[in-house]
Amino acid sequence: MTRAQRRLLNRILYYLLMAVIVFYTVFPFYWAIVSSLKPPAEMFRVDFLPALRFENYVAVFREQPFARNILNSVIVAVSTVAVSLALAVAASYALGRIQFTGRSVLLFTILGVSMFPQIAVLSGMFELVRALGLYNNLLALTLSYMIFTLPFTVWVLTTFMRELPRELEEAAVVDGAKPFTIVTKVFMPLMWPALATTGLLAFIAAWNEFLFALTFTLSTEMRTVPVAIALISGASTYELPWGNIMAASVIVTVPLIVLVLIFQRRIVSGLTAGAVKG
Amino acid sequence: MATVAPAASAAIEPLGKARASRLTRERVRYAWLFLAPMLVVLFLVAAWPLGRTMWFGLTDANLSDLAGAQFVGFANFAYLMSDPDWWQAVRNTVTFAVISVTLETILGLGIALAINANLPGKGLMRTAVLIPWAIPTIVSAQMWAWMFNDVFGVINHMLMAIGIISQPVAWTANPDTALWAVIMVDVWKTTPFMALLILAGLQMLPSECYEAAEVDGVHPLKVFWKVTLPLLKPALMVAVIFRILDALRVFDVIYVMTGNNKSTMSMSIYARQQLVDFQDVGYGSAAATMLFFIIAIFTVAYMTLGRVGKED
Repeated sequence: MTRAQRRLLNRILYYLLMAVIVFYTVFPFYWAIVSSLKPPAEMFRVDFLPALRFENYVAVFREQPFARNILNSVIVAVSTVAVSLALAVAASYALGRIQFTGRSVLLFTILGVSMFPQIAVLSGMFELVRALGLYNNLLALTLSYMIFTLPFTVWVLTTFMRELPRELEEAAVVDGAKPFTIVTKVFMPLMWPALATTGLLAFIAAWNEFLFALTFTLSTEMRTVPVAIALISGASTYELPWGNIMAASVIVTVPLIVLVLIFQRRIVSGLTAGAVKG
Repeated sequence: MATVAPAASAAIEPLGKARASRLTRERVRYAWLFLAPMLVVLFLVAAWPLGRTMWFGLTDANLSDLAGAQFVGFANFAYLMSDPDWWQAVRNTVTFAVISVTLETILGLGIALAINANLPGKGLMRTAVLIPWAIPTIVSAQMWAWMFNDVFGVINHMLMAIGIISQPVAWTANPDTALWAVIMVDVWKTTPFMALLILAGLQMLPSECYEAAEVDGVHPLKVFWKVTLPLLKPALMVAVIFRILDALRVFDVIYVMTGNNKSTMSMSIYARQQLVDFQDVGYGSAAATMLFFIIAIFTVAYMTLGRVGKED
């Protein structure tokens, strides 16, 4: 085999591998879309092209308070992002810019919290939620989600703060600016990229959370989207309304995929900053 | 400038030092002020509930009457150790973690190397790989449960069409295949994360080694084993431990696909079933505490490795 032939063969193998990877990652979602667009009577037929019928989409909203569930998820995710970013920006200024004893112990403790299995705090959290009168209330979710959003927002923002040039802050200190002003007027404008990345990751984490949402809400009206989708049921366990489930799945996933595709570079750098550099 | 500096600073030292330490003290005070809200919230949602869970593990607390809990010592833990269902859950969780993380690492490495080859189409691949990552776990579990459906599932359809199986398999109901079905979904969902972490590691490798190897005409496979893999090892180890920690606390995917089925039940599902379905908060908390300590051991390992890898 000549060098040119071998090169061509390598190229072909490479593109074959690429096709397999893309098929593997994309096909399940494609199949969900195809299934969701079928009329209910044809669910049992395997067709690889969508039928473009929207009965399932109508049924999802008619048969359960799915619009309410989406609204719940939006409220919980947005409030989680807002609160955790506000707390994390302040904390990351202290951890990233100020030398004090106990700083690295604190950083590692915070990192340790991100490893907590959610189940390990479930009964204690349940008691807390009930004591605060928040059972079956969306605020219970905003509060409890802090356990997984705070550690990584603090960690990533601290890394970012640390890398901002020292001169910026020194100039502000000379001008007599207090730390609050330094954070809001000097650092915040520079931090938008990091805030967007961590905010987006926190949003996705809150949007997808299941265990707390399943345990701390009771009525169908208070469910968030993942709980609603997991608990969609039909006449019996053997007759799950798969068309509705697939339609609901597509509805809540499309906005996420669009977000991820728009911000893909930021997400990749945010994910890897948290794990590799950390 | 540099030559004048010592004399000048010696002259103003007394004043400068006092002022500097006052400034430092003030800054440290501000540091704690800025940290306080975050620390209060973190205490409230992490340390406090964890402590309470551990306490409940030593009591006979019941979901309907948490306040009336009586201290029972280590009775819950003793019972846990003698419960075959718990050990089944431990076995399931460890099997799940080991197999899925191994597969994810191998596939992730392959995908990362393919993207890193810098050929046209790499952008498309990177985008495609992000799709499973963006899909909520619950949704991916439902999507795959539908594909695995015994009667109408596309997987049975395709496997029968190419003749691998002769009749439909009830993938998620059959105890022999259920855990594998769950592993398949987890591998699909988290391989992208692995690939992206490994890719980040690959892109930080020094290019000189590769140039040297290319000049010397070393076979690419040998370059991979002798250069890439050893250099990549720290990043790979961190990613693997990170994923193992995640896999050991698995809940969502198994709960949705196979529910409280004993043949696939993980430690998290076992604990929640005791806590919520059977209302036995004391016993469920004991199981949750055990899981916490298992994961704590791995976390210490992760942090030690993380520190070794960092060195700055």
